[in-house]
Amino acid sequence: MSGPTTPDAATPGQGADLPAALSEEALAAALEQAQVAFAAAADLEALKAARLAHVDKGAIAGARREIGALPPAAKAEAGKRVGAALDAVRAAYTAREEALQAARDERILVQERVDVTMPTGRRPLGSRHPIELTQERLVDIFVGMGWEVAEGPEVESEWMNFDALNLGKDHPARQMQDTFFVDPPDGGLVLRTQTSPIQIRTMLTREPPIYVVAPGKVFRTDDLDATHTPVFHQIELLAVDKGLTMGHLRGAIDHFVRAMFGDVKTRVRASYFPFTEPSMETDFQCFVCRGADDSCRLCGGSGWIELGGSGMVNRKVLTACGIDPDVYTGFAFGFGIERALQLRNGVSDMRDMVEGDVRFSGQFGMAV
Amino acid sequence: MRVPLSWLGELVDLAPGARGAEVAASLVSVGLEEEALHGGDITGPLVVGRVLTFEEQIQKNGKPIRFCTVDVGHHGQRVTDGIPQEIVCGATNFEVGDLVVVVLPGAVLPGGFAISARKTYGRVSNGMICAEDELGLGEDHTGIIVLRDYLGEAAVAGVAPGDDALALLGLGEQVLELNITPDRGYCFSMRGIAREYWHSQGSPAGAFRDPGVVPSNPPANLDGYAVHLTDATPIDGSPGCDRYVARIVRGIDPSAPSPGWMRSRLTQAGMRPISLAVDVTNYVMLLVGQPLHAFDLDTLSGSIKVRRARAGERLTTLDGVDRELSPEDLLITDGGQIPLALAGVMGGATSEVTESTTNVLVEAAHFDPVTIARTSRRHRLVSEASKRFERGVDPRVADDAAQLAVDLLVEFGGGTVDPGVTDVDTTSSRTAYPLDVTLPGRLVGVDYSRDKVVQILTDLGCTVEDPGVAPLEVVFVTPPSWRPDLVDGPDYAEEVARVDGYDRIPSILPTPTDGRGLTHAQLVRRIVANALVGRGYTEVLSYPFVSADFGDILGMTADDPRRSAVRLANPLSDQAPLMRTSVLDTLLDSLRRNISRGQRDVALFELGMVTRPLPGASHTAPVPGVDRRPDDATIASIDAAVPSQPRHAAVVLTGDADRAGWWGAGRAADWTDALDAVRTVAGALAVPVAVSAGDAAPWHPGRCAAITLADGTLVGYAGELHPKVLDRLGLPARTCAAELDIDVLTTASAEPTRLKGFSTQPVALTDVALTLAEDVAAGDLQSVLREAAGEFVEWVTLFDVYRGEQVGADKKSMAFRLAFRAPDRTLTTDEVSGFRDAAVAAAAARFGAVQR
Ligand SMILES: [Zn+2]
Repeated sequence: MSGPTTPDAATPGQGADLPAALSEEALAAALEQAQVAFAAAADLEALKAARLAHVDKGAIAGARREIGALPPAAKAEAGKRVGAALDAVRAAYTAREEALQAARDERILVQERVDVTMPTGRRPLGSRHPIELTQERLVDIFVGMGWEVAEGPEVESEWMNFDALNLGKDHPARQMQDTFFVDPPDGGLVLRTQTSPIQIRTMLTREPPIYVVAPGKVFRTDDLDATHTPVFHQIELLAVDKGLTMGHLRGAIDHFVRAMFGDVKTRVRASYFPFTEPSMETDFQCFVCRGADDSCRLCGGSGWIELGGSGMVNRKVLTACGIDPDVYTGFAFGFGIERALQLRNGVSDMRDMVEGDVRFSGQFGMAV
Repeated sequence: MRVPLSWLGELVDLAPGARGAEVAASLVSVGLEEEALHGGDITGPLVVGRVLTFEEQIQKNGKPIRFCTVDVGHHGQRVTDGIPQEIVCGATNFEVGDLVVVVLPGAVLPGGFAISARKTYGRVSNGMICAEDELGLGEDHTGIIVLRDYLGEAAVAGVAPGDDALALLGLGEQVLELNITPDRGYCFSMRGIAREYWHSQGSPAGAFRDPGVVPSNPPANLDGYAVHLTDATPIDGSPGCDRYVARIVRGIDPSAPSPGWMRSRLTQAGMRPISLAVDVTNYVMLLVGQPLHAFDLDTLSGSIKVRRARAGERLTTLDGVDRELSPEDLLITDGGQIPLALAGVMGGATSEVTESTTNVLVEAAHFDPVTIARTSRRHRLVSEASKRFERGVDPRVADDAAQLAVDLLVEFGGGTVDPGVTDVDTTSSRTAYPLDVTLPGRLVGVDYSRDKVVQILTDLGCTVEDPGVAPLEVVFVTPPSWRPDLVDGPDYAEEVARVDGYDRIPSILPTPTDGRGLTHAQLVRRIVANALVGRGYTEVLSYPFVSADFGDILGMTADDPRRSAVRLANPLSDQAPLMRTSVLDTLLDSLRRNISRGQRDVALFELGMVTRPLPGASHTAPVPGVDRRPDDATIASIDAAVPSQPRHAAVVLTGDADRAGWWGAGRAADWTDALDAVRTVAGALAVPVAVSAGDAAPWHPGRCAAITLADGTLVGYAGELHPKVLDRLGLPARTCAAELDIDVLTTASAEPTRLKGFSTQPVALTDVALTLAEDVAAGDLQSVLREAAGEFVEWVTLFDVYRGEQVGADKKSMAFRLAFRAPDRTLTTDEVSGFRDAAVAAAAARFGAVQR
């Protein structure tokens, strides 16, 4: 605190009239006592007590009460002096309070520390089946290029599943397919043995240009074992447009292979399927060893992996669907989704895919 | 088809130094499929041995072991000391003096099995006496190979101990196994394979020697055996038999053996040598692809008639099976009466060539593929002959094949051929196809020159006639007789492409322009699946097959429409002959499997099709022709026959929905979780659904919710499963489930969501507690409150339910909180009280509710 600064304050005699409690010395002493008490307060509780003792009560508060009894001429001077002392003591209080609050907050945060390595998961996430995920992934490759997704029924007519695909009743290839027949066996209904009837349904209902990808469940009368399952999944491509060639077929397959297995080469050879002519079989380079490992488990050391059958849509198939084979050409390609999963994800036992064990799907989450 | 490399090399020049792998690669390049490569994988001494002595001991395990001495000629390791080879053998099917096959130390058998002298059963065995399977000759491991039985008495006559057994058994060379696709019937012969190999090498002049061209083949005459072809009921207009060549060889020595080379080729090709007459027919079939049949002439009465079977006729075929014949079966008959053979499939027992047969009639015929295919299928009888006939045999090779057989029977059986040559031939010549020579290029995407197209087709055996007049692109192509598969333009395009090389096909990415992305229905399924995963459900894909009593197991009432299921005529298991009518049927099996594997807290879902035939509907689909698009009515009737197959999603959960842990106890899954799953799905699709008490199998009748759309359309059910159902299925008590028709939700969510405005004014909350009868449904009460609360009500929610003395018996108290908000101002307390009072009044009027 400084001394009097106004001309009035210097008026002789007036100061001498003030009670002792209002003396500069007394106020300075009271302030110092308060500061000492605040500093000594170890926590906010003690600080509150110190405030009570030194601000709300105590010497400065007492001095303030005495102002009222002073002559009016002295009031201003005394009020100013006490006010200054009060400001100073409050500032000291606030500073100490802030310091103590900060210390308390810090202590609480330390106290509230938990062990974040403890397990969590009251409600774990589920997971998608990797066959469905693979199917979606394959579909999206083509949807991104402007193809659409076509679907059809699983209990299907024989005409759609066989006849329209150039697999007449006596066709040797029709005998090779182990077909589930719906009772009665001559009722013309089967569980579809392939996704190809979707091609027929698409061509019957759409005008070219047609670019569709057709995924789905198919059925053959195989017993379940490590390498066979009576219910499995295929995905097919069908394109019908003017001027399509086997070159376009190969381009679509190459793109598919790159999207699924990385930047690997393909090779093609002649094959036979009733619903395509000319027909083609495609192999792609082993994406693990690229032919450099004679003992590669994925490709058996040959460096090549068989992909699937394809070809130009047989004229008879186009005709049965009402598409003029002299105007349009088309191509089709089929691939097993279980096979993609075996190749990309190392699923070696077919039974894992069908048994529904949560520990199987759980490993894939929502990505495959 | 098994192709011995040495045999192939006789018919076509193999590339210099080409071994099995290279030959296979060449054949694959023209479109054949390699199945396997056999042989050529035994190295080291494999020799003929003669058993000199053996001493048999019974081992502790009860099995006999023979300690043998074997003469292996100059290969004997101590032969100079006069000590024979000592070998321990576990087989007992041989006698002293038998010739056997011995593998000696230093040799390596198939599979990298190295042979060395080793101690076994207490004595040193210097090699091994071999069984069939050990040499890769077959599957047989019942005993060792005794050469007299294996090759026949005559074939071993000149064999001596120490002779090379690799050559004797044809093991020294490679045999290629090929898979023949149904269009390539001609490749079921060495002739066809050799021709294909020739094409793979660029069809060089003179390199292929066609065994189907037999210079000694005489023209037919009228002196041959009488043969009549009749067919009153041809299938699809094709007569059952359109060519029949018959030749007779008399005075064959029935004991004459087949030559060793023929036996070894038959063995290599996977056929067992039997007798000269049978071996010759098989050999010629393998060579030129023409199935032959040899009849014992002395069992025939003078003429052969080919005709369809009569109803009730029977025939005992060579395999000893007495068969009832169908009028579609084609028969070879003796004089028109007695059935001799199922044409093109299998011979009969009565006319079989036996060990006393001296006079043989050789049949080389051409049968209709469809007739043979149907007979083969009908009698479940697949023979080497039927396999070839149903894929198409060269109709022009029959006489040459017969001549080849005659020549071999004369040469090795000492017979004399009759001068009479029967050849009843009603085959018609193929008509030329007008081929646009630009078609192969347009279809394949490679620019083939006109000359290239003509050259390739000519090499393939086609006759190509080039008229040289407009339209200039067209040439007339007549395919060779062995290629019934070449019918129209694309067939020829494939021939050009494969012979020119598929590796020349370019890779051009097609670029569709009008794709519209996934359909709404496709997006819905992804949304539903992903939302359920977020709620903790794991996706499974169960088989859609269910048992015949699934309706009883699930507790369905007798008239439940879900009992109407599609039945399979040939199910994998009689335990599951029906197609599921709800996903839950089969999802519960997946749950049970998880439980049995030790899982306790399980939440599963499946999204898939169910099959819902209309009860009593006849599901018979027409099978129209394929020469043009069926008319719309026919397509409609096909579609009508295909049962409805909506997509359903089902969830099932058991154990703890919220897991127990260090944080405390878990929360057992209950009916609310099943409803949460429903609300998750509906919410994800922004489809409002209503919940009411339901009663459907397989749910607990008091804990089943029916889920409907606003218009009342049923979406599905959710809740706790019926305790009896759980008991029958062996599932944990209180298991909960839901099943929803995703097609219904797809339709309901098809329109884009229209945004409704929402207010930014302050919200006013008010609570109300109502006492009312126990049987009032909370959902109904909530609806009434909401409806009566006026236009500014934002939401109404039940936050407490209380039962006890204070509210009285059969009563409950329900506490609701109501939120109000006006679009443009702050609502006053009086206004809010008014809204609340109106809601309470409505609840009082409707349910007798009393405000507490
Ligand atoms: Zn590899």
